[in-house]
Amino acid sequence: MNLEFSPEEIAFRDEVRSFIRDNYPKELVGLGNREDLTREQFLAWHKILGKKGWSAPAWPKKYGGTGWTSTQRYIWSEENARVDAMMPLPFGVSMVGPVIYTFGNEEQKAKHLPGILSGDVWWAQGYSEPGAGSDLASLKTTAVRDGDHYILNGQKTWTTLAQHADWGFFLCRTDPSAKAQEGISFILVDMKTPGIEVRPIKLIDGTHEVNETWLTDVRVPVENLVGKENEGWTYAKFLLAHERSGIAGVARSKRGVERLRSIATQETLDGTPLIKTDEFARKISQLEIDLTALEFTELRTLASEAAGKGPGPESSILKIKGTEIQQRLTELTLEAVGNYGAPYARGMMHDGTNEVGVGPDYSNFSADSYFNMRKTSIYGGSNEIQRNIISKMILGL
Amino acid sequence: MDFNFTEEQTMIRDSLARLIKDQYDFDTRRKVVASKDGWRPEMWAQFAELGLLAAPFSEEDGGLGGGPIDAMVVMEEFGKGLVVEPFLQTVILAGGFLKAGTDAQKQDHLAALISGERVFAFAYAEPKGRYNLADLETTATKDGSGWKISGHKAVVIGAPWASHLIVTARTSGGRRDAKGVGVFIVAKDAKGVTTRDYPTVDGRRASEVYFDNVTVSAEAVIGDPSDSLGLVEKVTDEAIAALCAEACGAMKVANAQTVEYSKTRKQFGTPIGKFQVLQHRMADMFIEHEQSVSMTYMATLKLEEDEVTRKKAASAAKVRIGQGGRFVGQQSIQIHGGMGMTDELAIGHYFKRLTMIDSEFGNVDHHLKRYTELSAADVAVAAE
Repeated sequence: MNLEFSPEEIAFRDEVRSFIRDNYPKELVGLGNREDLTREQFLAWHKILGKKGWSAPAWPKKYGGTGWTSTQRYIWSEENARVDAMMPLPFGVSMVGPVIYTFGNEEQKAKHLPGILSGDVWWAQGYSEPGAGSDLASLKTTAVRDGDHYILNGQKTWTTLAQHADWGFFLCRTDPSAKAQEGISFILVDMKTPGIEVRPIKLIDGTHEVNETWLTDVRVPVENLVGKENEGWTYAKFLLAHERSGIAGVARSKRGVERLRSIATQETLDGTPLIKTDEFARKISQLEIDLTALEFTELRTLASEAAGKGPGPESSILKIKGTEIQQRLTELTLEAVGNYGAPYARGMMHDGTNEVGVGPDYSNFSADSYFNMRKTSIYGGSNEIQRNIISKMILGL
Repeated sequence: MDFNFTEEQTMIRDSLARLIKDQYDFDTRRKVVASKDGWRPEMWAQFAELGLLAAPFSEEDGGLGGGPIDAMVVMEEFGKGLVVEPFLQTVILAGGFLKAGTDAQKQDHLAALISGERVFAFAYAEPKGRYNLADLETTATKDGSGWKISGHKAVVIGAPWASHLIVTARTSGGRRDAKGVGVFIVAKDAKGVTTRDYPTVDGRRASEVYFDNVTVSAEAVIGDPSDSLGLVEKVTDEAIAALCAEACGAMKVANAQTVEYSKTRKQFGTPIGKFQVLQHRMADMFIEHEQSVSMTYMATLKLEEDEVTRKKAASAAKVRIGQGGRFVGQQSIQIHGGMGMTDELAIGHYFKRLTMIDSEFGNVDHHLKRYTELSAADVAVAAE
């Protein structure tokens, strides 16, 4: 057991560090945590990484992964977090990609994997419905076989950034008479197909991050079914386990703690920097300690994955603790900025002015980020669902 | 980066687990704890035979060439079995000081420690010093070529079983000064040493130890008698990492027993483990244990890094383990209901041990404060 990097790993770190320094788009610097970027901004770094062959480090090498060890992947995410890089969105690389290369046929792999790797094709996730949130298996959207096509009808919701999407992966009921988890299929849908309507949902932080997606008699070729008909639930669960393993966000939260420290050094209380008051300094310490525990839990998980085990139910710990820490970080940042948490920067942008700065720069969007991050303990299987997974899959309750 | 155990470490774990299962079951432990001596010297001899007492020492020092990871493995198994024998005090603490000692001290003490014939205790805490290792009223004053020690050491764990004590004492400066802390080896039967022995709430034995002008020779000094606080901190950080490993073992068993109990105990016609409110509680207990294991690895692996990194790592681990141990301990009792309150079930004894681990070498508040101060110092250095 040891924590040291080998000379090869140090060389690797230097290589990726200089690659990031030389290639990360200058116009994206400082935008890494925002939800309201343009399609081009979201994809810029992804496309550069696609050309380099580094957009999907966790994939098997034969499908376009990097073949990096878990330590190299750890170094990779640390180095990106140093510049607050806008990483490839999860919908293609972390979600549908692994489902396609694991359960899809050769045609599907050949058709879809290159676009996911290159960043040319944007994917949306059609999982949740108005009546199917945590109880995802109660979904009602139907796919009825009609010759060489499925006809899709229903309503999906919380479709993240679907306004930009080229393709979507949808869970649909193909056997209405089967039990809830059976009779669901995993279907790939071209978002330009007639009958798909994407309507924005405005969130409490003022962003348009999610949508309702209405499906009315949408005709999808049968060859877009992934795996076997009625076995989509298995693929759906596989996808969620993969999604969870990247969800801890350790490197990014470390940057967040640094930023919080810097803010707390500049803000004062009775003339004393906030960071020098016992109350606030200890809140930061506790957060940093909890983050260290998460980091080493993730490192242990990565090590056991490298030993051949895929992401197991233990990844639920990473989801729960990772999101609690992300939330706590934005909570403390908002606390640190004091009165200047109140000005609504996006509201000023809507008034047609670019003069969003009221108060110190670091105070902009601090409340919005706090509001927005409440989503993290709800999405990807709510943290309560994660506790169900632990109690059933690990504790056997 | 590597999180695997060596073959030797796995062997240590397996053979120790077997020994505990065969000879350290809960009923046996209860009898031993209630006996006159409160421990089993013959068990200690078996530990020596298994090589446990030699495991963390280098081969030059007569050990097996292991290190802190080996100690971690041993301590975790001891935590699972609620072992009371003074491995922490003798091997980690006294052993840690002796590693920094002279060749003569190693020859005199280390061989006898590794063979199991000499048992140590660490007399550092004082009635008013709380967790501050430099807050010493015990004094050591120059006496010819040797020293004369006077003072009162509090709650010296394992002292009733020990033949020798490692004692901290002030050789100069004011009561809490960083400078002027010395470390001494004192035979417990030395003239002027008296003890008041008693049991502790978690099944061990301890003593109040009084030193009344106890004379020791110059050979009794470990390190620099005028400036050994750094050594004391280093060795206690090693003890903290080991103690965290013990807590992990205790949490693991407490969780397993609680989950098992919830599957068999029925109320309202159903096993209580079917209730979601308790499932989520036990999921949180599981998470606390896993995170404690992560922090124990972290602190153990950072023991040889620079001073600030090592101290922060040890304090961070002690904070998390203190918090996790309290949660796991309290909730284990809660989920066991009335049965958790009874002395005859093991679960209450795990609770008690976890509770005491929090206050050993500084509780959550102490280490959160220490971590915060070290972070501020860190930032100040970075800014220079």
